[in-house]
Amino acid sequence: MTTAIQVSDVTKVYQRYSHRKQFRTLKSALLGGSLLSDLRPDERFPALSGVTFNVRHGSTFAIIGRNGSGKSTLLKVISGIAKPDSGTVSVDGRISALIELGAGFHPEITGRENIFINGIMLGLTKREIEDRFDAIVEFAELEEFIDAPVKTYSSGMYMRLGFAVAIHVDPDVLIIDEVLAVGDEAFVHKCLDKISEFRRRNKTILLVTHSLGLVEKMADEALWIDKSEVQLRGDPKKVVDAYLARVSQHEEKALVAAEERAVAEFDAPESANEPETPVSEIEPTSAFAREKGRWGSREVEIQDVSLRGAEDSADGRGKHIFSTGESVTVCLNIKSTGTIKDFVFGVAIFNADGICCYGTNTDLEDFKPVTLSGEGEVRFVIPKLQLIEGTYFLDVAAHQRDGYPFDYHRALHQFRVQSRVKDVGVYRPSHQWEFTPNIVMRPPDPSS
Amino acid sequence: MKRAQGDGRLGVFQVTRIPLLKNLLAVFRYRVLVQSLVVRELKARYRGSVLGFLWSFINPLLQLVIYWFVFSYIMPTRGLLGTSPYALFLFTGILPWTWFSASVMESSAVLITGGNLIKKILFPAEVLPIVVVLSNLVHFFLGLPILFAFLIYYGKVHWTLVFFPAVVLLQLVFTLGVCLFISALAVHFRDVQNIIANVMMLWFFGSPVIYSYLTISPSIQRYLNYNPMTHIIVGYHQSLFTGTMGHWPWLLVMIPATLITFLVGYYFFDKLRETFAEEV
Repeated sequence: MTTAIQVSDVTKVYQRYSHRKQFRTLKSALLGGSLLSDLRPDERFPALSGVTFNVRHGSTFAIIGRNGSGKSTLLKVISGIAKPDSGTVSVDGRISALIELGAGFHPEITGRENIFINGIMLGLTKREIEDRFDAIVEFAELEEFIDAPVKTYSSGMYMRLGFAVAIHVDPDVLIIDEVLAVGDEAFVHKCLDKISEFRRRNKTILLVTHSLGLVEKMADEALWIDKSEVQLRGDPKKVVDAYLARVSQHEEKALVAAEERAVAEFDAPESANEPETPVSEIEPTSAFAREKGRWGSREVEIQDVSLRGAEDSADGRGKHIFSTGESVTVCLNIKSTGTIKDFVFGVAIFNADGICCYGTNTDLEDFKPVTLSGEGEVRFVIPKLQLIEGTYFLDVAAHQRDGYPFDYHRALHQFRVQSRVKDVGVYRPSHQWEFTPNIVMRPPDPSS
Repeated sequence: MKRAQGDGRLGVFQVTRIPLLKNLLAVFRYRVLVQSLVVRELKARYRGSVLGFLWSFINPLLQLVIYWFVFSYIMPTRGLLGTSPYALFLFTGILPWTWFSASVMESSAVLITGGNLIKKILFPAEVLPIVVVLSNLVHFFLGLPILFAFLIYYGKVHWTLVFFPAVVLLQLVFTLGVCLFISALAVHFRDVQNIIANVMMLWFFGSPVIYSYLTISPSIQRYLNYNPMTHIIVGYHQSLFTGTMGHWPWLLVMIPATLITFLVGYYFFDKLRETFAEEV
């Protein structure tokens, strides 16, 4: 196997010009004789640092990473639009870069004329375009409109034409930067088919996408970039998993911060403040009026709420990201001012749409309160979290049986559920599929 | 098939600067693109108008009619030395001047409006200002039949016509140099776009378009001689209108002068080339 793309120790530094210089005028630059020196940057930040990898001939190589991690810069450097500040890039064969579809289209002239000019820009000769013209138009499904000015096209038509021209350059190396997000379902399938055809014909494909499913499905190898550096490279599945783990960490941090803000905002006891709507029990309130809030007399105070997974010990800080099927424990640290004889604890889970996925309390489940004094902990244990992927909000409450609130936290706490299965609905009942022997299905890959 | 190093397009490119001349050759390789972009400019300009390409003839004709009217009836000129008929004299200079000033003004915005191309497609950025100059050149050429028709009508056909292509060539080289410089400068100093119209106005009056070079006092002529457009416009006047090439020594000086302008403009453009993709 030979190498199609070789990237060795590539560094690209973007330059930022300070405000002071931006507001300087040409006149002062000329008068001060500092024209060329003013064009020098005074602030630099790396977009790529020491990136090294190579792509084998005929393989499909995916690059993943968060927004702003340097993916697009890397593609620009590989396609030659940007030059690396140090290091080398070598590409064997003709490149076609689908970085932005239809970038060179002129709105006033017809689709036909744009195909020619775009094709020439992408490196085709007039002859080659003539030969491929019909195929391009057919692929773009624009037979009727090809002689209309491009400005009359819908954005979908525009993208289709752009994709059609770029793909018909018939490159040895195809660079795709998240362009499959455009177009309707049918066209996306067509594009994917075309890309598969490229793979069959042993062409090299470099793919940047946020569709991790696509990476696992199509790529032979994947590269994960973050903060301008290569984090991991190798088997797509492994790389995607590592990337997802990092994403979870970041989300976790964001959730913690959001929760701290929410709790801090409503922390001050508002004993004078009666709730606007009497809360008789923890019931799903209107889906449209779920604002964060905290109220109650604080005779029993919920001092801290944490979520714990199965592996976390009781002293752990808790976590905010769970997988479907994982065990989750909601821990309420409570403290009462005196000895209380009438009390109920409740928990409810709402999804991001404000729909109550589940809500219960000790009274509904017929626990009889006897006494409560001092500090303690209430644990609400869910052995198997049967929720689909998404963000969920937690209501927790301590109140009297008649609804008189001690401490009610509405939507102050949130967590995220991750799932590899993109199922839909409100919750995920435990289930399995069974088939009679005449129905043959391959079971899913156990690793996923 | 490994491409040669420093090919300028694909293949191995090093941090080392690609020499100026190599880039110039790369532009030559993109001539088909330049050609089709010029055609696109011209097509796009008149797309949707009823008269279409005819506008390229009608506009200069209307311009000529206006000059004729103004200088025959509103403010009749005193038949200054060698400028009669004045409307035709004016037209002889104003056609090439329009080519020059429109090119410079358009090129001050061309890299910014074409920023999408520079950022997303791999092609040499100088194509854009070059296309501006060439499509305005085509407009200039389309105005020529009107000019020649009236020159013939007034019996102004001289042997000095053979110098006309040379003057056009001088202006082309000079305009390219100025436009490359201005387009690159405007990327970093957007001020250029605002000031350029006034600069061109000043430049217009500093070139003998509405007056004759020969009627100016020598003390002012001395300053005008520093302006290459002075000699280029005089070149048009003499080769087409008066039929005397008394200005030829100055035009000889213009050969190196315009070449140097071009090289300086291109050098500046080339120096800043790599900043375009980030700045536009």
